[in-house]
Amino acid sequence: MSTNLEAIRAEEQETIQVLDPDGNIVSKDLEPDLSDDQLREIMTRMVYTRVWDQRAISLNRQGRLGFYAPVAGQEATMIGSHFAMNKEDFLLPSYRDIPQIVWHGLPLYQAFLYSRGHQTGGKIPEDVNVLMPQIIIGAQIIQTTGVAYGFKLNGEKRVALTYIGDGGTSQGDFYEGVNFAGAYQAPAIFIVQNNRYAISVPIEKQTAADTLAQKAVAAGIPGYQVDGMDVLAVYAVANKVAEKARNGEGPALIESLTYRYGPHTMAGDDPTRYRTNEEATEWENNDPIVRFRKYLEAKGIWSEEDENKVMEEAKEDISAAIKKADEIEKMTVPGLIDTMFEKTPDHLEEQKEWFGTEE
Amino acid sequence: MAQMTMIQAITDAMKVELENDPSVLVFGEDVGHNGGVFRATDGLQKEFGEERVFDTPLAESGIGGLAIGLGLTGYRPVAEIQFFGFVFEVMDSIVGQAARMRYRSGGRYNSPVVFRAPFGGGVKTPELHADSLEGLMAQSPGLKVVIPSNPYDAKGLLVSAIRDNDPVVFLEHMKLYRSFRGEVPEGEYTIPLGKANVVREGSDVTIVTYGAMVHTSLKAAEQAEKERGVSVEVIDLRTVSPIDIDTVVESIKKTNRAIVVQEAQNKAGVAPEIITQINEKAILHLEAPVLRVTAPDTVFAFAAIEDEWLPDPKRVNKAINEVLDF
Repeated sequence: MSTNLEAIRAEEQETIQVLDPDGNIVSKDLEPDLSDDQLREIMTRMVYTRVWDQRAISLNRQGRLGFYAPVAGQEATMIGSHFAMNKEDFLLPSYRDIPQIVWHGLPLYQAFLYSRGHQTGGKIPEDVNVLMPQIIIGAQIIQTTGVAYGFKLNGEKRVALTYIGDGGTSQGDFYEGVNFAGAYQAPAIFIVQNNRYAISVPIEKQTAADTLAQKAVAAGIPGYQVDGMDVLAVYAVANKVAEKARNGEGPALIESLTYRYGPHTMAGDDPTRYRTNEEATEWENNDPIVRFRKYLEAKGIWSEEDENKVMEEAKEDISAAIKKADEIEKMTVPGLIDTMFEKTPDHLEEQKEWFGTEE
Repeated sequence: MAQMTMIQAITDAMKVELENDPSVLVFGEDVGHNGGVFRATDGLQKEFGEERVFDTPLAESGIGGLAIGLGLTGYRPVAEIQFFGFVFEVMDSIVGQAARMRYRSGGRYNSPVVFRAPFGGGVKTPELHADSLEGLMAQSPGLKVVIPSNPYDAKGLLVSAIRDNDPVVFLEHMKLYRSFRGEVPEGEYTIPLGKANVVREGSDVTIVTYGAMVHTSLKAAEQAEKERGVSVEVIDLRTVSPIDIDTVVESIKKTNRAIVVQEAQNKAGVAPEIITQINEKAILHLEAPVLRVTAPDTVFAFAAIEDEWLPDPKRVNKAINEVLDF
């Protein structure tokens, strides 16, 4: 017991890094035990995701996609954290986290249908453990705790993984979900993708907290801050907390320091209104793909040829997925009505008649 | 057959379903060890253990998210919102999330959650405890909203709600919890959701109502019969979303006059919805406009004037006379 008036404060935390921006290992102890094939797979997914992002932006501009939130810059955080998950783990993404859903098994054409607001986009295949992206900021956090607690009650060694942005940590649901997870020691992993801006509001105006990782302290769960442009660091931390969660050691919160190069979404956001070119350039010079490429090339397991091959494959897959999305039959209002309840009640049967019967 | 209060019947329904189905979980603030502030879950934790019946941290939105997440992992959560006036804190989980789970997943997932909550006036609770907010729920697509008026119905409807694969808001009127007893069968039985009950047959006027107002309306009906010799039919909706309009229309074909009685405020709620549906389906059977008896469009009154604020048999009788004398 102190006799001085000293406020309780969160412990100081250091940002976890494995690779420096030149691709050199800076913390040998944290270097993940991954095979060459796994390392190449991580790079493949990052490059593929970058190509897909560029293509999605272009398709959006042509009016061939709907809602889309660009991801370039955040690949290390997204792919690195997701790579630590098993197929049976459950993913509850936020609106920007389409890549992780697809890498978790959602067919790409469904991601495109989702973007277009087509219901088939969200019709998750039986063996794919995901929800579609959450639009209400914070709702995914409390639901993740519910899924994770369900796994715990079932005695299953599965984790529930979710993502939120820096702005999202201001939501009441963020606190409620993280606190519940701590209280129940539920195997939940909360990843805060701190890309410094909640649309236009900078992190400095979002909170007086030094870090977002320290928000875990109040809930009594471990919090980590990681260099979100370093895919090995993100993977190392996510893998560690996932293993612990599967072993019954409870939830964790990871703050990943990252940056989105593009606008918040393709619906008219102009980042030059609130960010400087210098800042954007600085982050782009810290690109996660470049850094990881240097590391892989130094190990002799990646080449320009490899990268070009991935880019070509991505382009082909995307074209095929768009073609498939175009071929899916149109949604109908009667079809929509029938997904409101397990058995459509009489008043909705009557309302289906307003639109004629399904062809 | 056992004589039970409504709250005993509600406890019994949860007990029956906890026994029947290992995926049923009961949780909320104080529902575990303490058995709930009204003792609705009394003894359940002792009987079924802390994994099946448990306390949550004090956060309604968290309770809603927990329920939805547990529903995704194979459970049938019965989540208690301590007082329905606190529903605003969990509105997103109920209206924004659970209600659209099936739609947003193209039919892949459902949300088999029951949100139970006490509500209702006449018991002098503090602010934001008693409010009749069923209209907000009833307006939300994808939800079923159930309000029992007696012990027998409460048990049968709650068992149905727990077994339903869609989200159900189950509202329990505080004044009915212990005000009388009724016969409740042992073991399991169900009453279908979305089916109304004609609780008093009559030939001159139909009263459409639910919850505590069933009892207010029955008193008014007896009074009208005694004072004016009119025969009043009383329909207890039991489910306010979806509404069993067929039973209402059948009754109006016989009586040609109707009033709707609800404890909630006047505008944009369940009563206007029923009147609209009567217009659409039975207008040629009406001899008078359909009237409604409701609370005024203010916030729920402080305890000091609660009894005046709430609809009473006198106001119901006035409406009966108005439709008869039209």
